[in-house]
Amino acid sequence: MSLTPQDIERIAHLARIRVTPADVADVQVKLDGIFKLIDEMQAVDTTGVEPMSHGLDMVLRLRDDAVTEINRRDVFLKNAPESADGYFLVPKVIE
Amino acid sequence: MAWNTFSTVAETVKALDDKQVSAVELATHYLDRADALQPALNAYVTLDREKTLVEAAAADAKRAAGETAPLLGVPIAHKDIYLIEGWRTTCGSKMLENFIAPYTSTVVKNMSDAGMVTLGKLNMDEFAMGSSNETSYFGPVKNPWDVSRVPGGSSGGSAASVAAGLAPASTGTDTGGSIRQPAMFCNLTGLKPTYGVCSRFGIIAFASSLDQAGPFAQTAEDCALLLTAMAGFDAHDATSLDRPKENYSRDLSRPLNGLRIGLPKEFFGEGVAPGIAKAVDDALTVYRKLGAITVEVSLPNVKYSVPAYYVVAPAEASSNLSRFDGVRYGHRAAQYSDLMDMYMRSRAEGFGAEVKRRILIGAYVLSHGYYDAYYLQAGKLRRLIAEDFKRAYEVCDVVMGPTAPETAFQFGAKSDDPVKMYLNDIFTICANLTGQPAMSHPCGVDEAGQHVGMQIIGNYLDEARMLNVAHQYQLATDWHRKHPSI
Repeated sequence: MSLTPQDIERIAHLARIRVTPADVADVQVKLDGIFKLIDEMQAVDTTGVEPMSHGLDMVLRLRDDAVTEINRRDVFLKNAPESADGYFLVPKVIE
Repeated sequence: MAWNTFSTVAETVKALDDKQVSAVELATHYLDRADALQPALNAYVTLDREKTLVEAAAADAKRAAGETAPLLGVPIAHKDIYLIEGWRTTCGSKMLENFIAPYTSTVVKNMSDAGMVTLGKLNMDEFAMGSSNETSYFGPVKNPWDVSRVPGGSSGGSAASVAAGLAPASTGTDTGGSIRQPAMFCNLTGLKPTYGVCSRFGIIAFASSLDQAGPFAQTAEDCALLLTAMAGFDAHDATSLDRPKENYSRDLSRPLNGLRIGLPKEFFGEGVAPGIAKAVDDALTVYRKLGAITVEVSLPNVKYSVPAYYVVAPAEASSNLSRFDGVRYGHRAAQYSDLMDMYMRSRAEGFGAEVKRRILIGAYVLSHGYYDAYYLQAGKLRRLIAEDFKRAYEVCDVVMGPTAPETAFQFGAKSDDPVKMYLNDIFTICANLTGQPAMSHPCGVDEAGQHVGMQIIGNYLDEARMLNVAHQYQLATDWHRKHPSI
């Protein structure tokens, strides 16, 4: 498999990472090398094999639907690049 | 024996009990060394003498008041991926250069509850993505044995700090070998427990189905003490195993008579450097003298570990790292035209090249139409690899082999070729894909004097036995008691 410059632009947009036109070629070469490695796994016939994400095949627990955390809004806002009046600020999105 | 810089955790506890040293003296000693060697090694990202000494004084006060805790007053340094409330936590990234953790991770809390004193935050590959520590925004950590060589990664600061006597122990995390490979490169003992044994709460997520916390120390005995403190069920982690607390030191003194060591032929092939093969072979001779028997086993699907990993880890990373959007925390670009442009520039500026590569791979393999060919196929391979191990454990108790195919390499040797770098983790990744416990202990040096590690991969939840095995080896050898002259 070989990626095209259009593939790089598409996944850069999906990933919300700006890749400058000057960087596209280098990113493409490095990702092609990695996909060459990844594609080795396509040689294995896995028909009928159940995929695994946890070795002990555990199931996720449920908890009571109750409030367990206290409100720490001001502490969390301290790390925000921009905030005001208890809100995170973002660039204007509605004209 | 009088306490010294390279006293183990077990010896340090005894020195504190015997009033040979105080917690404040210990903290001061290691902080002074950390400051003095920071220019040479770059092991720490953040030191906060005042905070550390407050904790140390509190530990001394507790001892004076007759209070006890298993590791009361023993210093430990934490990989800068663990949140500790009030401490800057960077994950080795420009993205989090100024991030102050608003809460404390469960592992650090457990260690504080056991009485340990936080020395500082250790340098690491950015977002734990790397095998050489060269991807850290704060510059690479140097290997204290040879500063022209890498300390391993991603927990490079965790390994270098303990090897150089800047801390008696440290925490790391291991997603594809990030504890075991640096432990080998720096001549330490490091353990990645079974997935779910240590809580992931408050550890900045890389690949959630693979990430696991674990200790670095000089000895298996110390790792047992540290793991006993770290591990335990945590309701804050959805994949934490709900099971009783264990004392991981309980089996340390058991003799190894009759222990069956499985040697996978796939771990002893042509890819292994001759100096490593020789050291591992010598270590197996020691194990046989201690009463163990070796049997050949086969793990035919383990060769697909690296390809499967480079689907699973980037896919999960691209999801986990989507939270860094320049809105709630982390870097925000100074110039942008609109919200989308702000996201794209903030992430382009805040993440380094390797992190961006992995996010892009993840975005691709998870994108519409590719899921079955990549993430699902990788999940099926995880099952096949786990079944290989299951068959192996029918005829052996532990699996052994070299931790990495080559010893500590020079800076720059692999940094331009991601695939070459990835293949350094060829023996460690399988245990992350299956969730099994695995560790590395020192077992010799190669022709260049670089350190070799023996990897022990255990069956699920068999950490106490693995620590017993490594401890018995360390009673019979002294590789683990060698220190760099720095």
